[in-house]
Amino acid sequence: MAGMSSKRLQKELVKIQGTLPPGIALVSAENLREWQMDLSIPDNPIYPPTEKYRLRFLFSPSYPIEAPEVVFLASSNPERKIPIHPHIYTNGIICLDLLDTQGWSPVHNVESISISIQSMLAGNTKAERPPGDAEFVRSNRQRPRDINFLYHDPSV
Amino acid sequence: MRQSLFAGRWRIRLPSSLDGAALRVTKTPPVTRKRKLDTASLSATSQPPPEPKRKASKTTHKDSIAQVEAALPATPQTLTSDKGMDSDDDFASVASSMELGEELSSSVDFGAEDSDVELEDYQDDDSAFETHAKQKPKRKAFEVEYKVYSPQDIQDQQDKQVAEVAALLEQPTEQTAILLRFGRWNKERLIEQYMDNQEEVLDKAGLGQNMSSNPPRIEAIDGFMCDICCEDTPGLQSYAMNCGHRFCVDCYRQYLAQKVREEGEAARIKCPGDGCNKIIDVKSLDLLVTSDLTDRYHELLMRTYVDDKESLKWCPAPNCVYAVECGVKKRELAKIVPTVQCECKHSFCFGCTQADHQPCPCSLVKRWMKKCEDDSETANWISANTKECPKCHSTIEKNGGCNHMTCRKCRNEFCWMCMGMWSEHGTSWYNCNRFEEKSGSEARTEQAKSRQSLERYLHYYNRFANHEQSAKLDKDIFHKTEKKMTLLQSSSGMSWIEVQFLEAASQALQQCRQTLKWTYAFAYYLARNSQTEMFEDNQKDLEMAVENLSEMFEKSTDQLAGLKVDMLDKTSYCMRRRVILLDDTAKKLKEDVWEFNVELA
Ligand SMILES: [Zn+2]
Ligand SMILES: [Zn+2]
Ligand SMILES: [Zn+2]
Ligand SMILES: [Zn+2]
Ligand SMILES: [Zn+2]
Ligand SMILES: [Zn+2]
Repeated sequence: MAGMSSKRLQKELVKIQGTLPPGIALVSAENLREWQMDLSIPDNPIYPPTEKYRLRFLFSPSYPIEAPEVVFLASSNPERKIPIHPHIYTNGIICLDLLDTQGWSPVHNVESISISIQSMLAGNTKAERPPGDAEFVRSNRQRPRDINFLYHDPSV
Repeated sequence: MRQSLFAGRWRIRLPSSLDGAALRVTKTPPVTRKRKLDTASLSATSQPPPEPKRKASKTTHKDSIAQVEAALPATPQTLTSDKGMDSDDDFASVASSMELGEELSSSVDFGAEDSDVELEDYQDDDSAFETHAKQKPKRKAFEVEYKVYSPQDIQDQQDKQVAEVAALLEQPTEQTAILLRFGRWNKERLIEQYMDNQEEVLDKAGLGQNMSSNPPRIEAIDGFMCDICCEDTPGLQSYAMNCGHRFCVDCYRQYLAQKVREEGEAARIKCPGDGCNKIIDVKSLDLLVTSDLTDRYHELLMRTYVDDKESLKWCPAPNCVYAVECGVKKRELAKIVPTVQCECKHSFCFGCTQADHQPCPCSLVKRWMKKCEDDSETANWISANTKECPKCHSTIEKNGGCNHMTCRKCRNEFCWMCMGMWSEHGTSWYNCNRFEEKSGSEARTEQAKSRQSLERYLHYYNRFANHEQSAKLDKDIFHKTEKKMTLLQSSSGMSWIEVQFLEAASQALQQCRQTLKWTYAFAYYLARNSQTEMFEDNQKDLEMAVENLSEMFEKSTDQLAGLKVDMLDKTSYCMRRRVILLDDTAKKLKEDVWEFNVELA
């Protein structure tokens, strides 16, 4: 299994270091366990074009059969905030079906996930957190992929 | 004849058909309504039925049953499984069991005491069989009908249904099994859809025409690149179902291994393609599932049968392989707490599969657990195992389940729960179980109100946690006592059988504490009215009975022999109080009598 994730990630890395869609940039990929990407969102007043949002990808040895864990990270230097969105909790956990066990397809990759999250933000019209954000952030101890989110509004 | 009917264990038999097709709405034959009894553990069912009102004490056995039943709403069907408990097969087995005692070979023990009573009832039932179609099962209000199935029973059930549907659809059994699993074992809907559009159903289940004429196979395709591993070596073996999503065989196998081994899926694994809802059919699975997975895969296939049926649930006890069938539906859970006991002796709620939580309905249990979790830090100090003697302030450690504490230093006797004097806990004004609300004037400020609401919660939580803790301590004490039982035998000349009263007492304590524990969660959500006060009286009676029995466990071994009769009395009194409380609560739940301070979901 270990062979699988490293081989696939090496191929992804070669491709990502070549070209990436606008607004998506590779920040670090020092090993085959954790990568970081920066996103910027064009044409949406909720997210100023100068602001960047950092995604952290964690890969298990059985990636891509198993989904990676993808969350937003906050930091002060450089300044990175958790983007406001009705499906993104203040602790950076993203409620997106393709990231959980049920919705994941091994055909997805770092680039396609980044694109999906970028367009999820680009299309957002509500500057708000998910319902129950504070409660969830306080009490959640589960790994993101094991959380059974209710996809109440798949259009967002 | 009587002997053969009750001496053995009742074998759980499968009705001829488990689904509605052959359902006959007739009177349930008496024997098939029998609950699983365990007289060895002094189960509640072996006790005489409760008196409907605490005052009425002169009612005969039959009269009280009539009263209990008269109090039931006129909807017996909601309580009974509609999955064929009433089928011809059972009917026949009862009729013939009078002659064929050997059919009754497993599962339910009827105690000697009990069987006489039962027999009379059966005979009554039997003679009134054809005419009195309204007669209700003599089940207590807090009991539900259920059956326990072994893995073999479940396999047989599946085989039987497959055979039935196969005959109806004129399909080979292997294909029918695929169709049934695909249709989540909803036989009626499957047959209907099949009659409507045979081709479509076969196609969706992966059994369509093009499947048999041109089945997908593992092959190497020129210029193919696998979207999972990004491999494109020439000659790479790959596979695609008729949705066209092609992946290399290695990736497909790893994907299936992940699903089968890690995620426990088998019957409805989807194509790995993005957004593709195509279920991987059995033919493809046979081709791709590696030999090290086949056992697990077939086990999972069998499990889906139980998972797919609302009326079946796996026993949640670790490593238990039994399943339980019960007809209580989700929507009925505000009216009934369906408690079942598995062959492995584990008692659990069929509604939510948590350990037995009678008399508290599932939704309140969920609420309560959430509340306890949220408030755990505030409430933690309460479950601490040391307190101070209210009189001399020396530290006291609780090492038994009993709440009657005697300080070693000053001999002060007090109650562990409320720290009040034990002498005040006599029969007259024992108020340890009831939370006294302060009058409105005392709780006018916001702060006072929130302090009072916390105090109220702690009152109930304290007692809830205390019974949980005491049950553990009682069990510890019993284990120590168990060793002494051997000693007791040699010192008193009692036989092993004769010292079993200790075991019976211990089990009664465990069971009653489990009930008491949940009465406090239940009471927390009750509005203050006369019904609640009656409930608290019942709770108090049970609690006192339990403390009295628990106290006896702290006696020394040489005293125990002389206490046998007393202990047996107290044991059966505890169980009686428990039945009374549960029966009363269950009836009122069914009749919507309780007034809760929250919405009952
Ligand atoms: Zn591959
Ligand atoms: Zn597909
Ligand atoms: Zn069990
Ligand atoms: Zn429950
Ligand atoms: Zn003292
Ligand atoms: Zn007390």
